[in-house]
Amino acid sequence: MANKTVLFNKHLESNAKMVDFHGWDMPLHYGSQIEEHHAVRNDAGMFDVSHMTVVDVTGNGARDFLRYLLANDVAKLQQPGKALYSGMLNEQAGVIDDLITYYLSDTYYRVVVNSATREKDLAWINAQAKAFAVAITEQPQLAMIAVQGPNAKAKAATVFSDAQKAAVDGMKPFFGVQAESLFIATTGYTGEAGYEIMVPENEAAALWQALKDAGVAPCGLGARDTLRLEAGMNLYGQDMDETINPLAANMGWTIAWEPADRDFIGRAALTAIKAQGSDKLVGLVMEEKGVLRHDMPVFFTDANGNEQQGVITSGSFSPTLGYSIAMARVPASIGDSAEVEMRKKRVAVKVIAPSFVRNGKQAF
Amino acid sequence: MSDIPNELLYTSSHEWVREEADGSYTIGITEHAQELLGDMVFVELPEVGDTIDAGDDCAVAESVKAASDIYAPLSGEVIAVNEALEDSPELVNSDAYGDGWFFRIKPSDVSELDNLLDAEAYQAVIDEE
Repeated sequence: MANKTVLFNKHLESNAKMVDFHGWDMPLHYGSQIEEHHAVRNDAGMFDVSHMTVVDVTGNGARDFLRYLLANDVAKLQQPGKALYSGMLNEQAGVIDDLITYYLSDTYYRVVVNSATREKDLAWINAQAKAFAVAITEQPQLAMIAVQGPNAKAKAATVFSDAQKAAVDGMKPFFGVQAESLFIATTGYTGEAGYEIMVPENEAAALWQALKDAGVAPCGLGARDTLRLEAGMNLYGQDMDETINPLAANMGWTIAWEPADRDFIGRAALTAIKAQGSDKLVGLVMEEKGVLRHDMPVFFTDANGNEQQGVITSGSFSPTLGYSIAMARVPASIGDSAEVEMRKKRVAVKVIAPSFVRNGKQAF
Repeated sequence: MSDIPNELLYTSSHEWVREEADGSYTIGITEHAQELLGDMVFVELPEVGDTIDAGDDCAVAESVKAASDIYAPLSGEVIAVNEALEDSPELVNSDAYGDGWFFRIKPSDVSELDNLLDAEAYQAVIDEE
């Protein structure tokens, strides 16, 4: 039996096409994933992300534990509610998962991890936590709804209480706040403004319905994937996994090398990889017909005249740009052009930093 | 349940075929096929004047999900293609049996029609998937 989120019946009411997503019955789309994509870029859309896992880390050792567990440094978090994106690495510096940590107090952090990696994440976190004075508490009673798009905050405000509106008023990006029964965060996976809202399961269907009545369009996993790809955001299991180090996954900015005396899991291996040089993740743009897809090989000639090869990790049609885009892992010697082998021929592509669309506009 | 009009003929690879008044045949992909593929983003069509053989991969329907070859249900000469799909591939999703048609051929061997499926037989193909 597949897992169902508490919003399963709401999806059926909106004629969702449901698919299996790592053991969860989730909406792929509600008719047209491209229309849903445009709703988020131009107005407001919402996603059921209740399958994601919320884990609270509490206790006197919480800060020290997370400084050891994560490649980014939670000591950067000084203001209550501030969030941090990080990789959680193994000893070989492979990415076990990417996650967001909210700082609520020195003894209380909230971590949101991917659903596909839930079991191995919890096993790893619990094993590492043994040496620290911390409690690890999963919060399965929380559903989560992401409301995203240029009009998302305004439309969400129409369903918030006065206290909730006051709590989020002027909140900067990448913060979260508990406001009555909702934990409201200015985070997302689309490259647009908006909220990710954690809501007790018994209130989730009513919140979903209220947002729908406020003109927020239900959006499925299909639109979620094209939106995050346009935004240059990684998908775990596709753009990186336990065999890939963060430098090869465009996550170099999430590694806190300073202070140099902070020991974190994977630091020694990552230091060696950095000295030796790593592949990197780039963006590809193809303006002619066709769609770049996962696993297609990428070829280029380096400065010494040698042919080099990489691979597309995520590829799709970009509804905002009207042509295909991709992320590819390639040797670091790549220049500003390459070729992709697709359907038995090689097609020229432009190589850019992996960010394609931000706040509705072309970003390169 | 997908819509499978009784007046059309079908292939097991999900093309539909409609006889026109002038003896030509219009070809497209079925409602079931467009549902499987999802939002269409590009359609590559043959050229008017091309001669194709039944079973040839003569067009490509590319959706957000996958690129799918379209096979000629009949042999003959391509006498028209749906140029509207160049700018509006979504017509395949919104009207698979109408405005989302692919191309029209003048058949060279109408006995090939015997190899096609009627609506009931096509329904059976879908049910087995």
